[in-house]
Amino acid sequence: MSILIDQNTKVVVQGITGGEGAFHTKQMKEYGTKVVAGVTPGKGGQKFEGIPVFNTVRDAVQNTGANASAIFVPPSFAADAVMEALDAELGTVVCLTEGIPTLDMVAVKQFMKCSSSKLIGPNTPGIISPGKCKIGVMAGYIHMPGRVGVISRSGTLTYEVVDQLTKLAIGQSSCVGIGGDPIIGMTFVDILNLFEKDKTTDIVVIIGEIGGRAEEDAAEFFRKNMSKPVVAFIAGITAPPGRRMGHAGAIITGGEGGAREKIDILEKAGITVVKNPSEIGETVARVLAVRKSTYRL
Amino acid sequence: MKIHEYQAKALFQSYGIPIPRGHIAKNPEDTLKVAQTIKKGPFVVKAQVHTGGRGKVGGISMVESPIEAEAFADEILGTRLVTGQSGEEGKPVHTLLVEEALLSKMEIYLGIVIDRTQGCPVILASAQGGMEIEEVVRENPGMVITEIIHPAIGLRPFQLSRISYGMHLDGKLIKKMGTIIQNLYRLFLDKDCSLAEINPLVVKKDGEMVALDAKLNFDDNALFRHPDIAALRDLSQENPLEIEASKYNLNYIKLKGNVGCMVNGAGLAMATMDLIKLSGAEPANFLDVGGGATTEMVREGFKLLLSDEDVKVIFINIFGGILRCDTLAKGVVEAAQELCSSLPIVVRLEGTNVIEGRKMLVESGLKFTVASGLGDAAVKVAVAVNASKRGEF
Repeated sequence: MSILIDQNTKVVVQGITGGEGAFHTKQMKEYGTKVVAGVTPGKGGQKFEGIPVFNTVRDAVQNTGANASAIFVPPSFAADAVMEALDAELGTVVCLTEGIPTLDMVAVKQFMKCSSSKLIGPNTPGIISPGKCKIGVMAGYIHMPGRVGVISRSGTLTYEVVDQLTKLAIGQSSCVGIGGDPIIGMTFVDILNLFEKDKTTDIVVIIGEIGGRAEEDAAEFFRKNMSKPVVAFIAGITAPPGRRMGHAGAIITGGEGGAREKIDILEKAGITVVKNPSEIGETVARVLAVRKSTYRL
Repeated sequence: MKIHEYQAKALFQSYGIPIPRGHIAKNPEDTLKVAQTIKKGPFVVKAQVHTGGRGKVGGISMVESPIEAEAFADEILGTRLVTGQSGEEGKPVHTLLVEEALLSKMEIYLGIVIDRTQGCPVILASAQGGMEIEEVVRENPGMVITEIIHPAIGLRPFQLSRISYGMHLDGKLIKKMGTIIQNLYRLFLDKDCSLAEINPLVVKKDGEMVALDAKLNFDDNALFRHPDIAALRDLSQENPLEIEASKYNLNYIKLKGNVGCMVNGAGLAMATMDLIKLSGAEPANFLDVGGGATTEMVREGFKLLLSDEDVKVIFINIFGGILRCDTLAKGVVEAAQELCSSLPIVVRLEGTNVIEGRKMLVESGLKFTVASGLGDAAVKVAVAVNASKRGEF
């Protein structure tokens, strides 16, 4: 098993004929993802790499049975594309687009309440269930099927962590990039909840960063609801307040969102926090070993 | 994006939010003239800089006559104002705002931001506005009224009532306060603000309400649909290296240390800075060349690092996913050759085509130290920093 996506996931790519969409559609197919449809308004009826293209998501779903979406649409149109996917009630909607205006996401967040779809992102590398399905821009080969769940707010830092795990022969059940923007779909808490319920996940790694309250909420959820161990890393302990560190969401404002405060709250909740980013893989291995000896798994 | 107080006040005026009488001046003579036009003193002369805390360090002066206003202008224009929030290099003062001074009987704080958890705009208001608002928030959070606005429904009259009655405003002020809140919210939405703040919003002795200060920040991601706002950007308030970086879509922030670092991806860039600090050195900057950097971006990023005189050691940390390591190595080698840099460079490459990439670095004949993995890189950076301190490079 895995969370959100697996070998039965059928993907529609919104913006399939654009530069990014086209490139990553090929990459996803190469990885083994079942890409069944594309959507580009005005190009319905055409084919891209043998994949049928439709004018609307509804057409794509009716004709192909797609149950997940990958959105590669430019920022000014992306919020509308997300709403179209949410309206079609696709199981998982992944929005890769970076640079969507915050107020557009305010509207999307409201729209989400009227849909059963689960939104990942925006501004995310996507989600991968190694060996089964990849909806995103991450390099597939660094991953390895296994039992560690990974949740992250960033892209390349996630690759770094996954790479450390894979090099220690520790595989992953699913890796989810929740996105680096101030307003996002699924949060750390939502994904932690899925991993807690997933029988094939033994441990979860959270890769957080400065800004917002997502890690604090995760700590609270862990304390109240989780039986599986969680290892966390928070990037940005050296970041100055008031400066946006790349991601629109990574900014310390009014004393809130600093790395030290987050680390403190996570540790108090009982989460193992790694201070040195080069030791995340080893720490997971150590926590797993302790758990095995304690529970005789 | 930030704008100046006088620019924010012009927007306030067009949205029906009352502001004091006043005008900007860019030299002492104009300062004198503006004050003379306002006629009646006292006057307030305010330095226009992109930072808070001006009042506490002499960036705002209350003067009795136009001559005194001119003297203050003579003193402050052309200097750099260093405040508690500006960073130690401060911000240059090129423009002053000269206004009539107002006597107030009450100072209100009014702000609108986005609540990230709720995903909605939120209004913050307090009857204890003014320079010490941060302390009020910290020590007496009950003095701050919070109203979350439903984005689809908008601001409701009952919410305006809760704010006004919560601040114990008297009857005549309630309608005025409501109008100002509604206008500020309209401005917030129309212009894609990330922050709209009036601190203080004063109640004058005659009962009129006026925005004594004005602060508007805008969502960088929405500037494409607000060319009028984008045109208000004042480059003099930004670090020249940061401006250069933004031309190439690079994300650069100058810091205090001496290890220049170049990384792809914001999260990994932050983690790299943290790693440098853990190894006992200090990062000179945050530089994110993007998750999908090109050879050109890597080259320009490298040039940027070299143009910072504080940089003594360079650390390049790239995790190439879709992006190939050989492409990246090419950019680094090209830039290093072009600029004839003699600084020690530690390179850590990982990902697609990493073997080819590392080979290109080693065979370039340049002084690269190739690291394999983050831990190894940290050790090598520390060694290079210590060696450079001893003058071995």
